[in-house]
Amino acid sequence: MLEWILEPLQYSFFLKGLFAGIAVAAACGILSGFIVWRGMAFIGDALAHAILPGIVLATMFGVHMLIGALIAAIFSVIAIGALTSHKGFKEDTAIGVIFAGAFALGLLLIDKVSGFKDLTHILFGNILGVSGFDLTLIIIVAFVVILMVILFYKELLVTSFDSTHALAIGLSPTVIHFGFLILTASTTVIASQTVGVVMVLALLVTPAATASLLVKELPKIMGLSIILSVISIIIGFYSSYYFDAPSGATIVMVLTIFFIAAFLFSKIKSTLVN
Amino acid sequence: MKKSPLLCYGKSCDHPPMESTPALKIENLNFHYPGDKSSVLENVNVSIAPGEKVALVGPNGAGKSTLMKLILGLEQIQSGNISVYGHEAHACRHRVAMVPQKSSVDWMFPVTVRQVITMGRFVHLGWFKNPGKKDRDAVDQAMETMEITDIAHKQVGELSGGQQQRVMLARTLAHDADLLLLDEPLNHVDIATQELMFHTIEKICSLGKSVLVSTHDLGILTVHFSRVLFLDKTFIADGTAENVLTPQNIAKAYGFEFHKNRENTQC
Repeated sequence: MLEWILEPLQYSFFLKGLFAGIAVAAACGILSGFIVWRGMAFIGDALAHAILPGIVLATMFGVHMLIGALIAAIFSVIAIGALTSHKGFKEDTAIGVIFAGAFALGLLLIDKVSGFKDLTHILFGNILGVSGFDLTLIIIVAFVVILMVILFYKELLVTSFDSTHALAIGLSPTVIHFGFLILTASTTVIASQTVGVVMVLALLVTPAATASLLVKELPKIMGLSIILSVISIIIGFYSSYYFDAPSGATIVMVLTIFFIAAFLFSKIKSTLVN
Repeated sequence: MKKSPLLCYGKSCDHPPMESTPALKIENLNFHYPGDKSSVLENVNVSIAPGEKVALVGPNGAGKSTLMKLILGLEQIQSGNISVYGHEAHACRHRVAMVPQKSSVDWMFPVTVRQVITMGRFVHLGWFKNPGKKDRDAVDQAMETMEITDIAHKQVGELSGGQQQRVMLARTLAHDADLLLLDEPLNHVDIATQELMFHTIEKICSLGKSVLVSTHDLGILTVHFSRVLFLDKTFIADGTAENVLTPQNIAKAYGFEFHKNRENTQC
Protein backbone atom coordinates (compact mmCIF):
# COMPACT_ATOMS: atom_id res chain seq x y z
CA MET A 1 0.00 0.00 0.00
CA LEU A 2 2.72 2.41 1.09
CA GLU A 3 4.69 1.57 -1.99
CA TRP A 4 1.60 2.16 -4.09
CA ILE A 5 1.41 5.66 -2.66
CA LEU A 6 5.11 6.41 -2.80
CA GLU A 7 5.87 5.04 -6.24
CA PRO A 8 4.57 7.94 -8.34
CA LEU A 9 6.17 10.48 -6.01
CA GLN A 10 9.61 9.73 -7.44
CA TYR A 11 8.63 11.30 -10.75
CA SER A 12 9.06 15.03 -10.88
CA PHE A 13 6.12 15.52 -13.27
CA PHE A 14 3.87 13.83 -10.72
CA LEU A 15 5.22 15.85 -7.81
CA LYS A 16 4.87 19.12 -9.72
CA GLY A 17 1.30 18.28 -10.64
CA LEU A 18 0.47 17.21 -7.11
CA PHE A 19 1.82 20.42 -5.57
CA ALA A 20 0.03 22.49 -8.18
CA GLY A 21 -3.18 20.58 -7.48
CA ILE A 22 -2.94 21.07 -3.73
CA ALA A 23 -2.29 24.79 -4.16
CA VAL A 24 -5.30 25.10 -6.47
CA ALA A 25 -7.46 23.06 -4.11
CA ALA A 26 -6.57 25.28 -1.17
CA ALA A 27 -7.34 28.48 -3.10
CA CYS A 28 -10.63 27.12 -4.44
CA GLY A 29 -11.60 25.77 -1.03
CA ILE A 30 -11.10 29.08 0.72
CA LEU A 31 -13.03 31.03 -1.96
CA SER A 32 -15.74 28.42 -2.24
CA GLY A 33 -17.49 29.43 1.00
CA PHE A 34 -17.97 33.01 -0.14
CA ILE A 35 -18.84 32.03 -3.74
CA VAL A 36 -21.65 29.77 -2.56
CA TRP A 37 -23.00 32.10 0.11
CA ARG A 38 -22.70 35.30 -1.89
CA GLY A 39 -24.62 33.52 -4.67
CA MET A 40 -21.79 33.80 -7.20
CA ALA A 41 -21.70 30.27 -8.62
CA PHE A 42 -22.64 31.44 -12.09
CA ILE A 43 -19.81 33.95 -12.25
CA GLY A 44 -17.21 31.27 -11.54
CA ASP A 45 -18.43 29.32 -14.52
CA ALA A 46 -18.57 32.44 -16.66
CA LEU A 47 -15.00 33.44 -15.82
CA ALA A 48 -13.76 29.97 -16.59
CA HIS A 49 -15.22 30.18 -20.08
CA ALA A 50 -14.24 33.80 -20.62
CA ILE A 51 -10.53 33.04 -20.22
CA LEU A 52 -10.48 30.94 -23.39
CA PRO A 53 -9.68 33.81 -25.82
CA GLY A 54 -6.88 34.90 -23.47
CA ILE A 55 -5.33 31.46 -23.60
CA VAL A 56 -5.53 31.28 -27.40
CA LEU A 57 -4.18 34.79 -27.91
CA ALA A 58 -1.35 34.11 -25.47
CA THR A 59 -0.38 31.05 -27.48
CA MET A 60 -0.52 33.10 -30.69
CA PHE A 61 1.85 35.72 -29.32
CA GLY A 62 4.08 33.29 -27.55
CA VAL A 63 3.18 34.47 -24.07
CA HIS A 64 2.60 31.98 -21.27
CA MET A 65 -0.92 30.56 -21.33
CA LEU A 66 -1.74 31.33 -17.72
CA ILE A 67 -0.74 34.98 -18.12
CA GLY A 68 -3.05 35.34 -21.13
CA ALA A 69 -5.81 33.68 -19.15
CA LEU A 70 -5.30 35.99 -16.18
CA ILE A 71 -5.50 39.08 -18.38
CA ALA A 72 -8.67 37.79 -20.09
CA ALA A 73 -10.27 37.00 -16.73
CA ILE A 74 -9.54 40.43 -15.33
CA PHE A 75 -10.88 42.02 -18.53
CA SER A 76 -14.10 40.05 -18.16
CA VAL A 77 -14.48 41.15 -14.55
CA ILE A 78 -14.09 44.78 -15.56
CA ALA A 79 -16.55 44.34 -18.44
CA ILE A 80 -19.13 42.68 -16.17
CA GLY A 81 -18.63 45.42 -13.59
CA ALA A 82 -19.05 48.16 -16.21
CA LEU A 83 -22.21 46.56 -17.63
CA THR A 84 -23.70 46.05 -14.17
CA SER A 85 -23.20 49.65 -13.16
CA HIS A 86 -24.74 50.86 -16.44
CA LYS A 87 -28.48 51.51 -16.28
CA GLY A 88 -29.08 48.95 -13.56
CA PHE A 89 -28.31 45.89 -15.66
CA LYS A 90 -28.62 42.84 -13.46
CA GLU A 91 -25.31 41.13 -12.87
CA ASP A 92 -26.40 37.74 -14.19
CA THR A 93 -27.49 39.35 -17.46
CA ALA A 94 -24.09 41.02 -17.80
CA ILE A 95 -22.35 37.76 -16.95
CA GLY A 96 -24.40 35.87 -19.53
CA VAL A 97 -23.53 38.29 -22.32
CA ILE A 98 -19.79 38.45 -21.57
CA PHE A 99 -19.44 34.75 -20.88
CA ALA A 100 -20.98 33.48 -24.10
CA GLY A 101 -19.36 36.21 -26.19
CA ALA A 102 -15.86 35.58 -24.85
CA PHE A 103 -16.15 31.81 -25.19
CA ALA A 104 -17.33 32.17 -28.79
CA LEU A 105 -14.42 34.49 -29.51
CA GLY A 106 -12.08 31.91 -28.05
CA LEU A 107 -13.48 29.14 -30.23
CA LEU A 108 -13.26 31.29 -33.36
CA LEU A 109 -9.66 32.19 -32.56
CA ILE A 110 -8.75 28.53 -32.06
CA ASP A 111 -10.15 27.81 -35.47
CA LYS A 112 -7.92 30.46 -37.01
CA VAL A 113 -4.72 29.51 -35.21
CA SER A 114 -3.03 26.68 -37.00
CA GLY A 115 -1.23 24.20 -34.85
CA PHE A 116 -3.38 24.82 -31.84
CA LYS A 117 -3.89 21.29 -30.65
CA ASP A 118 -4.19 21.79 -26.95
CA LEU A 119 -7.92 22.41 -26.90
CA THR A 120 -8.79 19.30 -24.91
CA HIS A 121 -6.15 20.21 -22.35
CA ILE A 122 -7.71 23.62 -21.93
CA LEU A 123 -11.25 22.33 -21.79
CA PHE A 124 -10.59 19.36 -19.54
CA GLY A 125 -7.29 20.16 -17.86
CA ASN A 126 -3.92 18.45 -17.92
CA ILE A 127 -2.61 18.31 -14.43
CA LEU A 128 0.28 15.98 -15.22
CA GLY A 129 1.62 18.42 -17.78
CA VAL A 130 2.46 21.15 -15.26
CA SER A 131 5.84 22.74 -15.95
CA GLY A 132 8.19 24.26 -13.41
CA PHE A 133 7.09 27.74 -14.39
CA ASP A 134 3.40 26.77 -14.21
CA LEU A 135 3.95 25.44 -10.73
CA THR A 136 5.66 28.62 -9.54
CA LEU A 137 2.89 30.77 -10.98
CA ILE A 138 0.13 28.56 -9.55
CA ILE A 139 1.69 28.58 -6.08
CA ILE A 140 2.17 32.36 -6.11
CA VAL A 141 -1.42 33.01 -7.25
CA ALA A 142 -2.86 30.52 -4.75
CA PHE A 143 -0.79 32.04 -1.95
CA VAL A 144 -1.91 35.57 -2.79
CA VAL A 145 -5.57 34.50 -3.00
CA ILE A 146 -5.47 32.74 0.36
CA LEU A 147 -3.63 35.65 1.97
CA MET A 148 -6.16 38.17 0.59
CA VAL A 149 -9.16 36.20 1.85
CA ILE A 150 -7.58 35.98 5.31
CA LEU A 151 -6.60 39.68 5.37
CA PHE A 152 -9.98 40.90 4.14
CA TYR A 153 -12.13 38.23 5.75
CA LYS A 154 -13.84 40.75 8.02
CA GLU A 155 -14.75 43.01 5.10
CA LEU A 156 -15.90 40.14 2.88
CA LEU A 157 -18.07 38.90 5.73
CA VAL A 158 -19.78 42.20 6.46
CA THR A 159 -20.42 43.06 2.79
CA SER A 160 -21.88 39.58 2.22
CA PHE A 161 -24.16 39.64 5.22
CA ASP A 162 -25.40 43.23 5.23
CA SER A 163 -24.21 45.58 2.50
CA THR A 164 -26.09 48.53 4.00
CA HIS A 165 -24.19 48.14 7.26
CA ALA A 166 -20.94 47.90 5.30
CA LEU A 167 -21.73 51.15 3.53
CA ALA A 168 -22.77 52.75 6.80
CA ILE A 169 -19.37 52.06 8.35
CA GLY A 170 -17.63 53.56 5.33
CA LEU A 171 -16.85 50.38 3.46
CA SER A 172 -17.77 50.09 -0.22
CA PRO A 173 -19.47 46.76 -1.04
CA THR A 174 -18.77 47.47 -4.72
CA VAL A 175 -15.01 47.69 -4.17
CA ILE A 176 -14.98 44.53 -2.06
CA HIS A 177 -17.11 42.71 -4.63
CA PHE A 178 -14.76 43.78 -7.41
CA GLY A 179 -11.71 42.67 -5.45
CA PHE A 180 -13.34 39.33 -4.76
CA LEU A 181 -14.10 38.91 -8.47
CA ILE A 182 -10.43 39.45 -9.28
CA LEU A 183 -9.49 36.77 -6.74
CA THR A 184 -12.08 34.41 -8.23
CA ALA A 185 -10.82 35.14 -11.73
CA SER A 186 -7.20 34.42 -10.76
CA THR A 187 -8.20 31.20 -9.04
CA THR A 188 -10.27 30.13 -12.02
CA VAL A 189 -7.22 30.51 -14.21
CA ILE A 190 -4.96 28.33 -12.09
CA ALA A 191 -7.76 25.82 -11.54
CA SER A 192 -8.37 25.50 -15.27
CA GLN A 193 -4.93 23.90 -15.57
CA THR A 194 -6.01 21.08 -13.27
CA VAL A 195 -9.65 20.40 -14.13
CA GLY A 196 -10.08 22.44 -17.30
CA VAL A 197 -12.33 25.40 -17.97
CA VAL A 198 -15.46 23.28 -18.30
CA MET A 199 -15.23 21.88 -14.80
CA VAL A 200 -13.62 24.67 -12.77
CA LEU A 201 -17.05 25.45 -11.41
CA ALA A 202 -17.06 22.17 -9.49
CA LEU A 203 -13.96 23.19 -7.53
CA LEU A 204 -15.41 26.62 -6.78
CA VAL A 205 -18.87 25.49 -5.73
CA THR A 206 -19.10 21.84 -4.72
CA PRO A 207 -16.67 21.92 -1.75
CA ALA A 208 -18.58 24.64 0.10
CA ALA A 209 -21.94 23.19 -0.94
CA THR A 210 -20.87 19.91 0.67
CA ALA A 211 -19.37 21.58 3.73
CA SER A 212 -22.50 23.69 4.28
CA LEU A 213 -24.50 20.49 4.67
CA LEU A 214 -22.23 19.36 7.48
CA VAL A 215 -21.14 22.48 9.41
CA LYS A 216 -22.79 25.83 9.91
CA GLU A 217 -20.23 28.55 10.49
CA LEU A 218 -18.41 30.14 7.58
CA PRO A 219 -14.84 29.61 8.91
CA LYS A 220 -15.64 25.92 9.41
CA ILE A 221 -17.25 25.70 5.98
CA MET A 222 -14.11 27.21 4.48
CA GLY A 223 -11.79 24.85 6.39
CA LEU A 224 -13.79 21.78 5.43
CA SER A 225 -13.99 22.96 1.81
CA ILE A 226 -10.20 23.10 1.65
CA ILE A 227 -9.90 19.59 3.09
CA LEU A 228 -12.50 18.19 0.68
CA SER A 229 -10.94 19.73 -2.39
CA VAL A 230 -7.40 18.66 -1.43
CA ILE A 231 -8.59 15.06 -0.91
CA SER A 232 -10.39 15.10 -4.26
CA ILE A 233 -7.33 16.41 -6.04
CA ILE A 234 -5.11 13.72 -4.51
CA ILE A 235 -7.55 10.95 -5.41
CA GLY A 236 -7.89 12.37 -8.91
CA PHE A 237 -4.14 12.32 -9.23
CA TYR A 238 -3.54 8.78 -8.26
CA SER A 239 -6.36 7.46 -10.40
CA SER A 240 -4.95 9.45 -13.29
CA TYR A 241 -1.55 7.87 -12.72
CA TYR A 242 -2.62 4.28 -12.15
CA PHE A 243 -5.77 3.90 -14.22
CA ASP A 244 -5.07 6.51 -16.86
CA ALA A 245 -8.40 8.14 -15.94
CA PRO A 246 -8.84 11.79 -16.98
CA SER A 247 -7.76 13.72 -13.89
CA GLY A 248 -10.25 16.60 -14.19
CA ALA A 249 -13.28 14.36 -14.49
CA THR A 250 -12.08 12.13 -11.65
CA ILE A 251 -11.58 15.12 -9.33
CA VAL A 252 -15.05 16.43 -10.08
CA MET A 253 -16.59 12.97 -9.63
CA VAL A 254 -14.94 12.57 -6.22
CA LEU A 255 -16.21 16.02 -5.17
CA THR A 256 -19.70 15.10 -6.34
CA ILE A 257 -19.65 11.79 -4.47
CA PHE A 258 -18.67 13.67 -1.31
CA PHE A 259 -21.58 16.00 -1.91
CA ILE A 260 -24.09 13.20 -2.37
CA ALA A 261 -22.80 11.45 0.76
CA ALA A 262 -23.08 14.68 2.78
CA PHE A 263 -26.54 15.31 1.40
CA LEU A 264 -27.75 11.82 2.37
CA PHE A 265 -26.10 12.19 5.77
CA SER A 266 -27.84 15.48 6.54
CA LYS A 267 -31.16 14.16 5.19
CA ILE A 268 -30.98 11.09 7.43
CA LYS A 269 -29.85 13.20 10.37
CA SER A 270 -32.75 15.64 10.05
CA THR A 271 -35.23 12.75 9.65
CA LEU A 272 -33.89 11.13 12.81
CA VAL A 273 -34.06 14.39 14.75
CA ASN A 274 -37.67 14.89 13.75
CA MET B 1 -27.58 52.15 -4.11
CA LYS B 2 -25.62 55.33 -4.34
CA LYS B 3 -22.09 55.43 -3.10
CA SER B 4 -21.38 57.85 -0.31
CA PRO B 5 -19.18 60.72 -1.42
CA LEU B 6 -16.69 59.97 1.25
CA LEU B 7 -15.99 56.34 2.00
CA CYS B 8 -13.74 56.24 4.98
CA TYR B 9 -13.27 53.14 7.06
CA GLY B 10 -11.56 52.54 10.37
CA LYS B 11 -10.14 54.46 13.29
CA SER B 12 -8.49 57.18 11.22
CA CYS B 13 -11.90 58.67 10.39
CA ASP B 14 -13.25 58.72 13.95
CA HIS B 15 -14.34 62.25 14.79
CA PRO B 16 -15.19 62.77 18.46
CA PRO B 17 -18.37 64.76 19.19
CA MET B 18 -17.85 68.54 19.21
CA GLU B 19 -18.60 70.33 22.45
CA SER B 20 -22.13 71.67 22.93
CA THR B 21 -23.42 70.77 19.47
CA PRO B 22 -26.78 69.12 18.81
CA ALA B 23 -26.73 65.35 18.26
CA LEU B 24 -28.42 65.96 14.95
CA LYS B 25 -28.99 69.18 13.09
CA ILE B 26 -30.72 69.30 9.72
CA GLU B 27 -31.02 72.56 7.82
CA ASN B 28 -32.98 73.24 4.63
CA LEU B 29 -32.67 69.68 3.42
CA ASN B 30 -34.17 68.81 0.05
CA PHE B 31 -33.86 65.46 -1.67
CA HIS B 32 -35.09 63.68 -4.76
CA TYR B 33 -33.92 60.39 -6.22
CA PRO B 34 -31.92 60.85 -9.42
CA GLY B 35 -34.16 60.52 -12.46
CA ASP B 36 -37.28 61.11 -10.40
CA LYS B 37 -38.71 64.61 -10.65
CA SER B 38 -40.88 64.57 -7.54
CA SER B 39 -39.00 65.33 -4.39
CA VAL B 40 -38.92 62.98 -1.41
CA LEU B 41 -37.93 65.59 1.16
CA GLU B 42 -38.57 69.31 1.05
CA ASN B 43 -37.12 71.94 3.31
CA VAL B 44 -36.52 69.69 6.30
CA ASN B 45 -35.25 71.47 9.42
CA VAL B 46 -34.75 69.93 12.83
CA SER B 47 -32.42 69.86 15.79
CA ILE B 48 -32.16 67.00 18.24
CA ALA B 49 -30.23 67.41 21.49
CA PRO B 50 -28.01 64.76 23.07
CA GLY B 51 -30.08 62.44 25.26
CA GLU B 52 -33.32 63.00 23.35
CA LYS B 53 -35.61 60.15 22.42
CA VAL B 54 -37.54 61.05 19.31
CA ALA B 55 -40.15 59.22 17.25
CA LEU B 56 -40.37 59.79 13.52
CA VAL B 57 -43.83 59.15 12.13
CA GLY B 58 -45.51 59.65 8.80
CA PRO B 59 -47.31 57.71 6.08
CA ASN B 60 -45.60 55.38 3.65
CA GLY B 61 -43.62 57.42 1.16
CA ALA B 62 -43.24 60.32 3.57
CA GLY B 63 -39.46 60.00 3.35
CA LYS B 64 -38.68 58.43 6.73
CA SER B 65 -36.23 55.81 5.43
CA THR B 66 -34.67 58.27 3.00
CA LEU B 67 -34.09 60.74 5.82
CA MET B 68 -32.37 58.03 7.86
CA LYS B 69 -30.19 57.04 4.91
CA LEU B 70 -29.15 60.66 4.48
CA ILE B 71 -28.28 61.01 8.16
CA LEU B 72 -26.25 57.82 7.94
CA GLY B 73 -24.47 59.06 4.82
CA LEU B 74 -25.81 56.33 2.53
CA GLU B 75 -27.23 58.85 0.10
CA GLN B 76 -25.55 61.97 -1.14
CA ILE B 77 -26.96 65.23 0.14
CA GLN B 78 -28.18 67.39 -2.76
CA SER B 79 -29.03 70.59 -1.01
CA GLY B 80 -29.12 71.64 2.61
CA ASN B 81 -27.02 70.42 5.45
CA ILE B 82 -26.96 67.57 7.96
CA SER B 83 -24.54 67.58 10.84
CA VAL B 84 -24.08 64.99 13.54
CA TYR B 85 -22.38 66.21 16.71
CA GLY B 86 -20.94 69.04 14.66
CA HIS B 87 -19.60 66.92 11.79
CA GLU B 88 -20.89 66.35 8.28
CA ALA B 89 -23.26 63.37 8.13
CA HIS B 90 -21.13 61.05 6.02
CA ALA B 91 -17.99 61.77 8.01
CA CYS B 92 -19.58 60.45 11.16
CA ARG B 93 -19.39 56.67 10.81
CA HIS B 94 -18.46 56.18 14.44
CA ARG B 95 -21.18 58.43 15.83
CA VAL B 96 -24.23 57.07 13.99
CA ALA B 97 -25.58 53.54 13.77
CA MET B 98 -28.76 52.20 12.28
CA VAL B 99 -31.00 49.20 12.83
CA PRO B 100 -32.12 48.74 9.23
CA GLN B 101 -35.36 47.25 8.00
CA LYS B 102 -34.85 43.53 7.78
CA SER B 103 -34.72 43.33 4.03
CA SER B 104 -31.15 44.62 3.69
CA VAL B 105 -29.75 41.60 5.51
CA ASP B 106 -29.03 38.13 4.12
CA TRP B 107 -30.44 36.13 7.02
CA MET B 108 -29.53 32.78 5.49
CA PHE B 109 -25.82 33.62 5.51
CA PRO B 110 -23.91 31.13 7.70
CA VAL B 111 -22.99 33.41 10.61
CA THR B 112 -23.75 33.13 14.30
CA VAL B 113 -25.44 35.70 16.51
CA ARG B 114 -22.10 36.53 18.09
CA GLN B 115 -20.40 37.08 14.73
CA VAL B 116 -23.15 39.44 13.59
CA ILE B 117 -22.91 41.53 16.73
CA THR B 118 -19.13 41.60 16.35
CA MET B 119 -19.71 43.33 12.99
CA GLY B 120 -20.87 46.31 15.04
CA ARG B 121 -17.24 46.65 16.18
CA PHE B 122 -15.74 46.70 12.67
CA VAL B 123 -16.19 50.45 12.44
CA HIS B 124 -13.65 50.83 15.26
CA LEU B 125 -11.22 48.29 13.81
CA GLY B 126 -10.72 49.22 10.18
CA TRP B 127 -8.44 47.33 7.78
CA PHE B 128 -6.23 44.46 8.96
CA LYS B 129 -7.31 44.52 12.59
CA ASN B 130 -9.09 41.68 14.31
CA PRO B 131 -11.44 42.08 17.25
CA GLY B 132 -9.60 42.15 20.57
CA LYS B 133 -10.62 41.85 24.19
CA LYS B 134 -12.26 45.26 24.28
CA ASP B 135 -14.42 44.30 21.31
CA ARG B 136 -15.32 40.93 22.80
CA ASP B 137 -16.35 42.65 26.02
CA ALA B 138 -18.53 45.12 24.13
CA VAL B 139 -20.19 42.22 22.29
CA ASP B 140 -20.79 40.32 25.54
CA GLN B 141 -22.29 43.42 27.08
CA ALA B 142 -24.58 44.03 24.10
CA MET B 143 -25.79 40.43 24.14
CA GLU B 144 -26.48 40.63 27.85
CA THR B 145 -28.47 43.84 27.43
CA MET B 146 -30.60 42.31 24.69
CA GLU B 147 -30.90 39.02 26.65
CA ILE B 148 -29.55 36.87 23.84
CA THR B 149 -26.39 35.49 25.49
CA ASP B 150 -27.92 31.99 25.44
CA ILE B 151 -28.31 32.02 21.65
CA ALA B 152 -24.84 33.48 20.95
CA HIS B 153 -23.77 30.45 18.92
CA LYS B 154 -26.98 29.97 16.98
CA GLN B 155 -27.05 30.62 13.26
CA VAL B 156 -29.00 33.79 12.52
CA GLY B 157 -31.23 31.98 10.01
CA GLU B 158 -32.68 29.86 12.83
CA LEU B 159 -33.92 32.83 14.84
CA SER B 160 -37.44 34.19 15.19
CA GLY B 161 -38.29 37.69 13.93
CA GLY B 162 -38.06 39.11 17.45
CA GLN B 163 -34.70 37.48 18.09
CA GLN B 164 -33.34 38.78 14.78
CA GLN B 165 -34.38 42.30 15.72
CA ARG B 166 -32.67 41.89 19.12
CA VAL B 167 -29.49 40.84 17.32
CA MET B 168 -29.65 43.95 15.12
CA LEU B 169 -30.11 46.24 18.11
CA ALA B 170 -27.30 44.44 19.92
CA ARG B 171 -25.04 45.06 16.93
CA THR B 172 -25.89 48.75 17.15
CA LEU B 173 -25.12 48.73 20.88
CA ALA B 174 -21.75 47.12 20.18
CA HIS B 175 -21.09 49.89 17.66
CA ASP B 176 -21.36 52.26 20.64
CA ALA B 177 -22.74 55.12 18.56
CA ASP B 178 -24.01 58.38 20.02
CA LEU B 179 -26.95 58.69 17.63
CA LEU B 180 -29.04 55.59 16.98
CA LEU B 181 -31.44 55.34 14.07
CA LEU B 182 -34.05 52.59 14.23
CA ASP B 183 -36.01 52.11 11.03
CA GLU B 184 -39.38 50.53 11.79
CA PRO B 185 -37.92 48.31 14.50
CA LEU B 186 -41.30 47.14 15.74
CA ASN B 187 -42.43 45.32 12.60
CA HIS B 188 -43.01 41.60 13.18
CA VAL B 189 -41.66 41.76 16.70
CA ASP B 190 -43.16 40.06 19.78
CA ILE B 191 -44.35 42.06 22.77
CA ALA B 192 -41.49 40.95 25.04
CA THR B 193 -38.94 42.16 22.47
CA GLN B 194 -40.81 45.45 22.04
CA GLU B 195 -40.71 46.07 25.77
CA LEU B 196 -37.03 45.18 25.95
CA MET B 197 -36.29 47.53 23.04
CA PHE B 198 -38.06 50.45 24.69
CA HIS B 199 -36.33 49.70 27.98
CA THR B 200 -32.95 49.64 26.19
CA ILE B 201 -33.67 52.86 24.30
CA GLU B 202 -34.57 54.48 27.63
CA LYS B 203 -31.25 53.36 29.07
CA ILE B 204 -29.26 54.58 26.08
CA CYS B 205 -30.86 58.01 26.30
CA SER B 206 -30.17 58.28 30.01
CA LEU B 207 -26.48 57.95 29.10
CA GLY B 208 -26.75 61.09 26.98
CA LYS B 209 -27.12 59.37 23.62
CA SER B 210 -29.90 60.20 21.19
CA VAL B 211 -32.30 57.82 19.54
CA LEU B 212 -34.50 58.40 16.50
CA VAL B 213 -37.11 55.69 15.90
CA SER B 214 -39.28 55.60 12.81
CA THR B 215 -42.63 53.91 13.13
CA HIS B 216 -46.08 53.90 11.61
CA ASP B 217 -47.58 52.58 14.84
CA LEU B 218 -49.02 55.76 16.31
CA GLY B 219 -50.37 53.98 19.40
CA ILE B 220 -47.06 53.51 21.17
CA LEU B 221 -45.99 57.13 20.85
CA THR B 222 -47.81 58.65 23.78
CA VAL B 223 -46.35 56.08 26.17
CA HIS B 224 -42.76 55.87 25.05
CA PHE B 225 -41.72 59.12 23.41
CA SER B 226 -41.51 62.63 24.76
CA ARG B 227 -41.03 64.13 21.31
CA VAL B 228 -42.63 63.21 18.02
CA LEU B 229 -41.68 64.41 14.55
CA PHE B 230 -44.43 64.12 11.97
CA LEU B 231 -42.88 63.80 8.51
CA ASP B 232 -44.70 64.21 5.25
CA LYS B 233 -41.92 65.33 2.89
CA THR B 234 -41.32 68.08 5.41
CA PHE B 235 -41.96 68.18 9.14
CA ILE B 236 -45.62 69.12 9.48
CA ALA B 237 -45.49 68.93 13.26
CA ASP B 238 -42.91 68.65 16.03
CA GLY B 239 -43.68 68.35 19.73
CA THR B 240 -45.28 66.08 22.29
CA ALA B 241 -47.41 63.20 21.07
CA GLU B 242 -50.61 64.98 22.17
CA ASN B 243 -49.74 68.10 20.21
CA VAL B 244 -48.49 66.34 17.12
CA LEU B 245 -51.03 63.58 16.68
CA THR B 246 -54.01 65.85 16.17
CA PRO B 247 -56.83 64.69 13.89
CA GLN B 248 -55.93 67.59 11.55
CA ASN B 249 -52.29 66.49 11.16
CA ILE B 250 -53.22 62.86 10.70
CA ALA B 251 -55.80 63.72 8.06
CA LYS B 252 -53.36 66.03 6.34
CA ALA B 253 -50.70 63.34 6.04
CA TYR B 254 -52.63 60.11 5.85
CA GLY B 255 -55.45 61.50 3.73
CA PHE B 256 -53.14 61.23 0.75
CA GLU B 257 -51.68 57.90 1.62
CA PHE B 258 -53.34 55.94 -1.17
CA HIS B 259 -52.13 58.48 -3.69
CA LYS B 260 -48.62 58.42 -2.26
CA ASN B 261 -48.30 54.67 -2.38
CA ARG B 262 -49.02 54.74 -6.06
CA GLU B 263 -46.54 57.50 -6.70
CA ASN B 264 -43.68 56.20 -4.67
CA THR B 265 -43.57 52.68 -3.35
CA GLN B 266 -39.90 52.76 -2.50
CA CYS B 267 -39.93 54.46 0.83
